[in-house]
Parts: sequence; structure tokens; C-alpha cells
Amino acid sequence: MNKEKHVVVIYPHPDDESFGAAGTITQFRKQGVPVTYLCGTLGEMGRNMGNPIIANRETVPEIRKKELINACKLLDIDLHLLGYRDKTLEFEDVTEVALHIKSLLEKLQPSLVITHYPDHAVHPDHNALGRAAIEAVRLMDENLRPTVWAQAITNTAYEDLGKPDIVYDVEPYFDQKMAAIQAHKTQASGILSGFKRKDKSNESLREIALERLGKEAFYIWDFKS
Amino acid sequence: MMKRIELEEVQQTLNTFLHKDIYIHLETTNGAYASHFNESINVGVFIRNANVFCTQGKIVKDKAHYRVGLKTKNGWIYAEGLTHWEIYEDKQLLMAGHDTEGRLLVALQLSETPFK
Repeated sequence: MNKEKHVVVIYPHPDDESFGAAGTITQFRKQGVPVTYLCGTLGEMGRNMGNPIIANRETVPEIRKKELINACKLLDIDLHLLGYRDKTLEFEDVTEVALHIKSLLEKLQPSLVITHYPDHAVHPDHNALGRAAIEAVRLMDENLRPTVWAQAITNTAYEDLGKPDIVYDVEPYFDQKMAAIQAHKTQASGILSGFKRKDKSNESLREIALERLGKEAFYIWDFKS
Repeated sequence: MMKRIELEEVQQTLNTFLHKDIYIHLETTNGAYASHFNESINVGVFIRNANVFCTQGKIVKDKAHYRVGLKTKNGWIYAEGLTHWEIYEDKQLLMAGHDTEGRLLVALQLSETPFK
């Protein structure tokens, strides 16, 4: 793998970076590559309020912002908030969001952008911000364009898109990944327990997480076709 | 901090929001990943800062959860499955229903000023 100059991760929610790419991010940081997270929203409409409940609809944005800052400290990455509102990204003007992201990418000059694969990322905000991020890169001068790794997380991604170009087994970095996930206190247990299978009720949260999140896979976006 | 609903206290608080222009936040969701984990479809609705005028408001207990109905000038506002409540920043009435994992299923919130 060529050494990257700067990696920019673009996802919509506080915790997407930890669930989706904490292992990959840790690997880049170990190589000394700077990583910046452009986080789309504060997860204002998230339904996980902690277990026991510590947040409400009005406090959840500030609480998630603090959790995100902690996770980014653990991952040793820079954070920039894009300021959109949870659940509404797909209703924003794509070009407007893309130009916003493009202006940031022109400043940061990454060699690699990691984002969600539009239409293959389950959550409408994932699909919408992935689309805008890819459009942002497409609008850049061809010579300055970073490579884009798009992450598909649908159950049928392999059938729909073929095998991913990059698959990281992040088990060596799984302690760091779990710590980053658990920095999102209000979100971690609610989401991880959602992965639980009825026939395996004795699994620990770490085992569940390793099974579901132990590999991080990406497709290299083709701007030519 | 959200706490278990006490019917009398919530009713008294509801009464303070009647006969004036108020803002409501009303929401229900089964999560953005519902259809990802099983066969059901994602269902969700929210309306934030709708301006309403209520003439009646009542909370009703049904087993472990509560329903609230607000009669407005021209219609009704309804929420079912409420379990928790809180008076937030001394002025906003927050009510919500959560599952056993602490996930929000439904919310109904009343305020005299717009929610942020």
C-alpha cells in the first residue's frame, strides 16, 4: 500500500467513524498519516438514549458531540463538523453540499477520501452524504482529486457490487475500535445489542462486534465510467 | 434527566400549556436499521416546531405505558407508548417512550418557545 498523505473520512453521524472505519483509521495513524473526520450531523434524531437512559431528544446532540470529540481523541484524528441535521441530508441540495465539502477538501488536500457508497449504505443520510462527497471529488480538478474509497454496508453489497477492492481484517486493532465505539456511550450498547442473534444469546458485546465489524471493506470509486 | 411518568405531575404540567400558542415536537421511529436487521420496513415520522393552540390535554395510563391526547382548535395530536418525562430547562415538557434497551420509540414535547 502506498503511504497516504492525508486521509479525510466523510460520514454523517457521530459513531459512523468508529463503527465503520476505526480499524482502518488506526492503521493509518500508526503509519503517521494525518486523518480528518468531516462529520455531517450531530445525530440529533438518534433513538439510542443510553442504557440506562441519560439523554433526551433535546440533549442528545450535545451529548453525542462530546462523545464524538472523545472518540476522535482516542483515534487521534482531527474533527470538523459540517453542521447539517440528522435525517435531513437527503433533502438538502446535493450540489450545495458537494460544494461545501469540495471547499474543505481543497483546503485539506487529502490523498484519500473515505465515505459511504451511495445507495448501498442502508441509512438515507449515509447514502446522501456519500453521494455529495463523491460529487465534491468529481467537481475537483482531475489532477488534484484524491482517491475515493466507498463503503457499502447493505446485506447484499457483495451480490450487487461484487467483491470490494479493499478488505481490512481489523482484528489487530480491535481493542482500539471497541474503545472508540464505546466512547459513544449513548449509542454503543443499543446498536451492538441490535446485532445480537436469537440463537446466540450468550455472546459478549465484543464477540458480536468482532463478528459484525471485524472487517472494513471499501470499493475504489471509478470516476471514469 | 428523563424519569418514569407520574400521571398526576404530567397532567398538571400539561395543563400549563393549554389555551396559548405553543410549539410541539412529535415523533415516532423504529430506527433507520429496522429493515436491515429483519424483514420489517423502516417507519418514522417527525414534526418539529409545529405551532398549535390546545384547548384540552389529557394523559391516560394503560398498563406500563401512557397515552396523551391534545385537542387543538381544528383537530387532535396523539401519542401512545409514552414511558418517561422531564421538565427540560424549567420550561419544556418532554415525554417519550423507550424500549428495554433505552431506545426512543415515540416522543411528544411541548414548549412555549421553539425547540432548537
